[in-house]
Amino acid sequence: MLMSRRTTLAALAFSLLAGTAFAADTIKIGVNEPLTGAFAASGTYVVNGAKIAADEINAKGGILGKKVELVIEDNKSNPTEAASVAEKLITSDKVPVLMGAWGSSLTLATMPKLEEYSVPMLVETSSSGKITTSGNPFIFRISPPSSVEAEAFEPSVKKLGLKKVDFLVINNDWGRGAAADFSKMLKANGVEVGLVETMDQSAQDMSAQLAKLKASDADTIMVTSAVDQLTLLFKQMAALGLKKRIITTGGSQNPDQIIAQAGAAADGTMHLTTFLPWWPEKTPNPEATAYFLGEWKKRGFDFAGATESFRGYDGIRTVAAAIAAGGGTDPASIQKGFWKVDFMGLNGPIKFNKSGPAGKESGQSKPNVYIIEISGGKVNQVQLGG
Amino acid sequence: MDQLLQHIFNALVLGGTYALLGIGLTLIFGIMNVVNFTHGALYTFGGYAMYLAAVALGLNFFVALPVALVAGLVLGAIIEFTLLRPLRRSDIDTTMLVMIGAGIIMQSGTLWIFGGVAKAVPTPFPAQPLTFGPVSLSYVNLFVLCAAVALIAITYFTINGTKLGRAMRATFQDHDTAALMGVNVSLIYTATFAIGSALASAAGALLGPVYVVTPQMGDLAAVKAFAIVILGGLGSISGATIGGFILAFAEELGAGYISSGYRDAMGFLIIIAVLLVKPTGLFARAERIG
Repeated sequence: MLMSRRTTLAALAFSLLAGTAFAADTIKIGVNEPLTGAFAASGTYVVNGAKIAADEINAKGGILGKKVELVIEDNKSNPTEAASVAEKLITSDKVPVLMGAWGSSLTLATMPKLEEYSVPMLVETSSSGKITTSGNPFIFRISPPSSVEAEAFEPSVKKLGLKKVDFLVINNDWGRGAAADFSKMLKANGVEVGLVETMDQSAQDMSAQLAKLKASDADTIMVTSAVDQLTLLFKQMAALGLKKRIITTGGSQNPDQIIAQAGAAADGTMHLTTFLPWWPEKTPNPEATAYFLGEWKKRGFDFAGATESFRGYDGIRTVAAAIAAGGGTDPASIQKGFWKVDFMGLNGPIKFNKSGPAGKESGQSKPNVYIIEISGGKVNQVQLGG
Repeated sequence: MDQLLQHIFNALVLGGTYALLGIGLTLIFGIMNVVNFTHGALYTFGGYAMYLAAVALGLNFFVALPVALVAGLVLGAIIEFTLLRPLRRSDIDTTMLVMIGAGIIMQSGTLWIFGGVAKAVPTPFPAQPLTFGPVSLSYVNLFVLCAAVALIAITYFTINGTKLGRAMRATFQDHDTAALMGVNVSLIYTATFAIGSALASAAGALLGPVYVVTPQMGDLAAVKAFAIVILGGLGSISGATIGGFILAFAEELGAGYISSGYRDAMGFLIIIAVLLVKPTGLFARAERIG
């Protein structure tokens, strides 16, 4: 007992020493992602992408002469945890900047902590409109809000001949936000909006919702959720003999994983995505895309994760660019630096525009949105508009 | 009307697996007085055992299922032998804490070994559903329902029609007297926990191929199992069976006709109502006398 206590103390002292030694010559970036819980798969992909970016930056000599160090914490797909993880990263690890927190509800829960401690956060995945319109000046987002997705999809409404659309969305800020933004756009284009069904983020059986949607007279169902739930949905749709046009939003579909797990059930489904790893030459920055995909493959990660992980990669590169542009490693300099960021990400230029109430604007970059279709077990690009 | 028929079919399939989950839990509580917090983890274990047997070992689907069931039986026996047996004389709180810890270890272990990405288990059933007019029913769901009903029937027969079952019931009524009558109570405890675990594992192995297998799949399943047991009355097998179907119908019809947003709340509303009217559950067992 005595022995073990002494060992623990020694270990504690050592880790504290090691901690301070590190702090002197690295810049810490807090990473707040879901590594367990309903969004474990997606969060893990984002973190793996982030690690590639950090290694690349360090191999090139770091930023401002210092190496980058990622401090990665698991928010357990739970908003309460996401807020306490942010607090832990800021107060205990003393990170001057964060990246996170994958889901909209997770990000919204951490936002008050950013204001409390005046630390900026790069939002890499969340798409609820509220995030950049609620007047939090510490938020900088590179993923598209659902209104931008809806706008990008607008020209396709006529082309696909949509008449009446039902929604099936995950029951949180992400899903409900997407249903609201897409409904608005569809109604403006003369498309009728029918049912808006929701599902719990950890629900596995959606047969009740699907039976209801099957009986509806809508021609299309717009679905918002992440890959694991989408896989289940497509399998259950096939089991119910539900054959309608399916369009998913949110960019967390990992189409290759869906093909592998849902098989023929996913055939004919369409997905709004923000990255085209299938055709690196078609992306806005083919060279960076090729490097990223090469590293991804070299590390033995599943190709299916690329559509998710690229956001972690671009996210850390954006944070690094902000640190370099701000010229300091304190939160205030980095916050200023974000406004000067201007480079080509894997899915378009990353440059922040002001969004939200005057004087307290958040930063919103406008990435490209693409539409793809799964057919015959393959991913095909569908031209937007026309 | 068409929609109602579809909802009823869906609820029957769901109810079968809910009943399976509930029986495993209620059996262990009824006989051993142990609140089994590893129940969800055992369900997950069944899913991964099925995945390993069917995908990694390449066994036939119908061979892999019993393999997963037996794996659950063995794991249950190991848990009982290593964790519960030494704690036999301790109070219920200690046992509960140890079981919560074991549940966390099992879930984290699964995450550590298999990672967070979901695994799919292929089934030999055709993807095209059976259709009866407007109602569709997939072969795999039909199989799951039949398998669940068969397992429930076997469990019922084991408890009510075999020598082992008689010893189990005797232990449940009064373990001191049962011991005096020559029942090997320790063995009965191990057998009970193993059977309960095997049922949870079988539920995971049956539903793994229907859904996908993830380290978190047991979380919601465990909550549902506890709800079913409370609904049906602690320790009652027929109560858990009926409770499972009631919960499934409440969820399915609630989501279909009231609001899908409150789907998971429907079951709990019923439980609150039951607890208000009949606090011991719908089918309460007779309390042990003395």
